[in-house]
Amino acid sequence: MILGSINPAVLMAALMVAATPILLAAIGELVVEKSGVLNLGVEGMMIMGACLGFIVAVNTGSPFLGFIGAAFAGMALSLLFALLTQALMTNQVASGLALTLFGLGLSALLGQRYVGITPPRTPKLDLGFLSDIPFLGRAVFSHDIVVYLTIALVAAVWWFLKYSRAGMILRAVGENHDAAHALGYHVKRVRVLAIMFGGACAGLGGAYLSLIRVPQWTEGMTVGAGWIALALVVFASWRPWRAMAGAYLFGGIVVLQLNLQAAGVKIPVEYLSMSPYLITIAVLVFISSGRARASSNAPGSLNRPFHASS
Amino acid sequence: MIRLEKRKEPSKFWRIANPFLAVALTMVAGGIMFAMLGKDPITAIRLIFFDPIFSETFGSYSRPQLLIKSAPLILIAVGLAIGFKANIWNIGAEGQYIIGALFGAGVALAFFPAPGWYIFPLMVIAGAFGGFLWAMIPAILKTRFNTNEILVSLLLVYVAEKILAAMALGVMRNPDIAGFPGSRDLRRYEAAYNAELISGTGIHWGVVAALIAVIFAYAMMTRHMLGYHVQLAGQAPRAARFGGVSPARLVVICLGISGALAGLAGMFEVSGPGGQVRIEFASGYGFTAIIVAFLGRLNPVGIVLAGLLLGLTYIGGELGQMMLQLPGAAIQVFQGMLLFFLLALDFQTNYRIRLTQGARA
Repeated sequence: MILGSINPAVLMAALMVAATPILLAAIGELVVEKSGVLNLGVEGMMIMGACLGFIVAVNTGSPFLGFIGAAFAGMALSLLFALLTQALMTNQVASGLALTLFGLGLSALLGQRYVGITPPRTPKLDLGFLSDIPFLGRAVFSHDIVVYLTIALVAAVWWFLKYSRAGMILRAVGENHDAAHALGYHVKRVRVLAIMFGGACAGLGGAYLSLIRVPQWTEGMTVGAGWIALALVVFASWRPWRAMAGAYLFGGIVVLQLNLQAAGVKIPVEYLSMSPYLITIAVLVFISSGRARASSNAPGSLNRPFHASS
Repeated sequence: MIRLEKRKEPSKFWRIANPFLAVALTMVAGGIMFAMLGKDPITAIRLIFFDPIFSETFGSYSRPQLLIKSAPLILIAVGLAIGFKANIWNIGAEGQYIIGALFGAGVALAFFPAPGWYIFPLMVIAGAFGGFLWAMIPAILKTRFNTNEILVSLLLVYVAEKILAAMALGVMRNPDIAGFPGSRDLRRYEAAYNAELISGTGIHWGVVAALIAVIFAYAMMTRHMLGYHVQLAGQAPRAARFGGVSPARLVVICLGISGALAGLAGMFEVSGPGGQVRIEFASGYGFTAIIVAFLGRLNPVGIVLAGLLLGLTYIGGELGQMMLQLPGAAIQVFQGMLLFFLLALDFQTNYRIRLTQGARA
């Protein structure tokens, strides 16, 4: 009786929307980690994107400009991380944490006059006859453009890492920075660019939350989405398509949990809403243990500082 | 041309000087931030860093507050620092803090309204045990399944927050007041109340515990074999393994100690200054303590100083909200900047700046 009230097409549609912000952040972080850098500041960059994207969109009336602003906000914060870890050789874990704490504070400060405002609406893409297909039309072909661009971005990152020359250099830098350096590649330049890309993606993911998914600005509204994106990269064993599968799986859990809340299941809301975090932990455990062990696929130089001695 | 040259040994001078320099730079950058918010920077900085202690009007209220705010920070940071030294990253202290508070409060509420000298000690044990248990989740997942302890401990913070909300609205809700979330006020239950020990000082049992923890941590890190193992595992993990230091044992010990201390901090807070289990009980001490640990150079004595300083910014922030209508989030930005500056300055500890002339061969 409970499950009967849930329409699978609507569920699928909501799932794609729920998955998009973490997928955006995760695909960015995946590229960063592939270059050998662990940026734990995803949560901070996301919330800055959510905040700045919201502010720009409200003031210009254009969600598009909002997303651009969010990408720049995330990138700006990631540049701070790049400066610290690449130029000043700081500890990546500590710097990432600092980025998150700083981003959470700064966004709360900047966004305080924007609480309770409704942002301009992002139009749904008109896909003509595709949207009229029964079931699929409602589930897959009735979204805003960002959902599709995100999928395109996953494809682009997959192609970039697998087939492009620049992507191979990036992977070489991430696998063995000493060898890459010896071959004449600019380890730090590659890493800074990767970090900036990751920042822009996290910013976009944040803006998707504040402009489309929620859509509103509240302090600390990412509630761990950035950390879940980090977990997703491990879950995906650094493979783009797997990251997408993971994000959609995760989106499904979130949506199902929300539906169960709405359907009035006899479990207190608090316990249902902790399920996404618990499931993320369970998946991390599964991935890191036993035969499914994927950590062997981790980039060789991940979280190791590089300093050219000559 | 400027280039960085790695020092053969980290500079002792900069290690000590950098935290002070970072605080000074944060004051400057914070002043600029306040000026941009349209407040007088000098007044704002004075209000945050000096008035809580030296002002005649606020001093009598805020001086005892200093110990109340600093004690949990120090208690948590001392534990975290041990792990950080060994490269074991417990960043979920906030969650362990919450669970410790719930365990402590749970014991108190179970005994209510019975009197008894043994109730408070039982709460102390329960609080430490709660934090310990919560930290054992990432510890065991790390040692059994090699799961990343950073992500697990952090994700468990969100779970702990949900449990806190469920408790405040459900099992632990005060049955005498209908309709309001939140437990009984433990400050009104004498056997469970973590009262001020010397009136007007802010010293409660949590402050005493923080002091004991600092002394123990200091002795352990400098005198005990375990402290040596921690240092060794952090600086030379391979050598540590050949030397017979079990990485798994170290993970359990480091996470266990920091979890138990965070749980204690939560328990002392809920039975004293916090007073009751509420949805808004968690106030970010577990995250600020990370900054305290770094600012204190992972050294117990340094952590005391850093804890007092960050405790001060909490009180100063409240004063700033009251007197200058400074936004509350400004203090969070402040704390974040502090960590940034410290990390950035630390390159001087490990590297030397060289100015080389012209092109190098």
